Amino acid sequence: MAGVRLRGPVYELERRLDSARAVESVIGLGVSLELRDELLRLQLATPNGSVLDADKYNQLFTMHGTTMIFLVVMPLSAAFFNLIVPLQIGARDVAFPRLNAFSYWVFLAGGVFMNVSFFTGGDLLKGELGAPDAGWFGYAPLTLNQFSPGNGINYWALGLLILGVSSMAAGFNFIVTILNMRAPGMTLLRMPLFVWMTLVTSFLIIFAMPIITVALFELLFDRLFNANFFNTAAGGSPLLWQHMFWLFGHPEVYILILPAMGIVSEVLPTFSRKPLFGYPFVVISGIAIAFMSWGVWAHHMLTTGLGTAANSAFAISTMLIAVPTGVKIFNWIGTLWGGSIKLKTPLFFSVGFIAMFVIGGLTGVMHSIAPSDYQQQDTYFVVAHFHQVLFGGALFGLFAGVYYWFPKFTGKMLSEGWGKLHFWLMLIGFNVTFQPMMILGLSGMPRRVSAYPDGLGWDFWNLVATIGAFLIALAILVFIWNVIVSLRRQERAGPDPWDARTLEWSIPSPPPAYDFAEIPRVRARDDFWHRKYVEDEAGRPVPVVAGGAEAADEEEPEEESGHGIHMPSPSYFPIIAALGFPIIAAGLIYDYAFVAVGAAVLMVGVYGWALEPASE
Amino acid sequence: MEHAPAAERALETSTGIDNRKLLMWLFLASECLFFGSLIAAYLVYRGDHEVPCRAGDLAACVFPTDRTVNGVEYEGLFDIPFTSVSAFVLLMSSVSMVLSLAAIQRGDQRGFRVWLMTTALLGIVFVGGQAFEFTEFHEKGLSLGTNLFGTTFFVTTGFHGAHVTVGVLILLSLLVMSFRGRLGQAQSLHVELAGLYWHFVDVVFVVIFSLIYLLQP
Repeated sequence: MAGVRLRGPVYELERRLDSARAVESVIGLGVSLELRDELLRLQLATPNGSVLDADKYNQLFTMHGTTMIFLVVMPLSAAFFNLIVPLQIGARDVAFPRLNAFSYWVFLAGGVFMNVSFFTGGDLLKGELGAPDAGWFGYAPLTLNQFSPGNGINYWALGLLILGVSSMAAGFNFIVTILNMRAPGMTLLRMPLFVWMTLVTSFLIIFAMPIITVALFELLFDRLFNANFFNTAAGGSPLLWQHMFWLFGHPEVYILILPAMGIVSEVLPTFSRKPLFGYPFVVISGIAIAFMSWGVWAHHMLTTGLGTAANSAFAISTMLIAVPTGVKIFNWIGTLWGGSIKLKTPLFFSVGFIAMFVIGGLTGVMHSIAPSDYQQQDTYFVVAHFHQVLFGGALFGLFAGVYYWFPKFTGKMLSEGWGKLHFWLMLIGFNVTFQPMMILGLSGMPRRVSAYPDGLGWDFWNLVATIGAFLIALAILVFIWNVIVSLRRQERAGPDPWDARTLEWSIPSPPPAYDFAEIPRVRARDDFWHRKYVEDEAGRPVPVVAGGAEAADEEEPEEESGHGIHMPSPSYFPIIAALGFPIIAAGLIYDYAFVAVGAAVLMVGVYGWALEPASE
Repeated sequence: MEHAPAAERALETSTGIDNRKLLMWLFLASECLFFGSLIAAYLVYRGDHEVPCRAGDLAACVFPTDRTVNGVEYEGLFDIPFTSVSAFVLLMSSVSMVLSLAAIQRGDQRGFRVWLMTTALLGIVFVGGQAFEFTEFHEKGLSLGTNLFGTTFFVTTGFHGAHVTVGVLILLSLLVMSFRGRLGQAQSLHVELAGLYWHFVDVVFVVIFSLIYLLQP
């Protein structure tokens, strides 16, 4: 039996390779970031910190936000899409394997390009780091040449443009895959929740990314070609940037959280041995969140003087978006209610997700009250709020997914003991880090400051938060140790270690390269579960007798049936095309000649891609 | 399956729409947001170059107050008849695009090539007209950095021109493929996809032409 291959030459188009590469890149970027973040917390541990100067502090917190969002959470979610979605809809691959590889390589190019700025963006010989330093939101006019000379912001804008290409390519690919590649009988309302959330997220990506693309182009035109978009001296408005950034930025928040919600909606039914409570409501509230996410952006701008009418409108729309979110939370709790619960690590992380996300969501509603927001704006309370949803939410959900699907793709279970230690360290570390920030924020500590004087009553809680940050680092180490130990274990996980409900568990772990020897026919929601269990009179699941009528004809793949299956032929062109982007970007910063070189490389990639024989 | 006709392959998908065609529609949908953002930025700043002060906003009085651009009246900048002809040329190229797709779908290679070449030529004429217009404006003293109008005008119409240029490259590539015998009736989907893109770019110009040229502040 073909095992899953997690290594291979760069021209291979096996989509699991892309995911494995993405996960490796994310771990690389994430761990190096984690180290830098500990510096941030060390700096703030005591008043008048002297670990970092203000300049380096600004660079590190800017790269922290940018990296966590664009280089950790988004690609991790995309790696899950890539691994899970085809399996859950009963497809053998994504719709466009080469586009998939392209998406990964462009992501890597953008991530490396942006991080190179630490060394090349400033004068390294004078001990200056040159990373972008205007925050992940890059507010104009701070980002203009006048206030941010040097190349850091250019790296930032160009890097984000490159990453946007990657996200868009992935978004298109997953929408087409989900809409077009479903197995027979897999109607939209039989799709697992994770597939639904992937679909919704992908739509958000393809509609939100063009907006930030335009905003970044405008910024670059201002910086490189003396245009006036945000130049206040020529009448340009900094608010235009804020509107465009947050019109992208708020859907982006849901791009980060919806995949995690999808994962949790898979994990809870499996470990409660009950179908997801109120499936259609969870689906529709996911769609409703996506629609409403386009009408709430100005709650990031309540203090910019938009006027009472606009503030009220956005306050109300922001409160309204809590409704579909609340529907989801009640449905998750309803799923757990009365289930026969198996207390495994994925469930721990999922329940942790719900608890932490509720706190995050409620503090979000507090922000939506405009007068109250005037007090909270730019304080640590905001920092605490969005870490509560993005760390306590998105990251906990993603870890639930890692523990849940790890056996499917490696054939080994992650250790439960280390897993639970990881969970508790992370939960405690997380709360010790971010709950003090709520207190700090409400007592007036501003965010984005590199140092604060003593005597303001902030010393104690800052020290506590720093201790928490090191607990988080310890939790990450435990997780990495768990992965190493578990991969070395001998026993195999088997195709369906959790007794789960969806199609990916009906095939061997790790899945063969062609995934399904025979494309499944789907007859119900949670089809795989219904092949395993029928209900008795009391509604309790009773295992189908082995050799039952249905199981016999479908569950035994013929040994040879994998051979006639068409697999994508290898291709170099996606990686060549991807290489064009950083060359063009570097050319825009240093020498326009390289723009031509990069464009030529891109053209070679695109034409080779278009003309090589392939069947996608 | 490698060379199965497009219609046959399409049946394999859940929606019945070919994967590539669905991809193109999604791409165009996201392009709407791209041009929407550019045009929105133009509209936000529309007229700001000639309004000395925004009402009640004293701080804004540092705006350049000239109603003119280096002595040239802004109102006289546009040559509406010229750009109307450009717009007409681009709209007509959509007609020839439709005719070339129809030709290849019924297997008429010669007709396909003639109409495709016509489309590409009309596209080139449009881009040439835009290059001429940009040069003309530049000589009259309007550049990217002159004022907000220069900034938003050149960037918005420039991105549109770049899209047309990419479209022309696609059309010429299809033409080369056709002459090499690699684009027959069975591959007409490629032409259809190029056509979708081409029509979209045309429609964008209808919006740009109306909002920027015809409805001047």
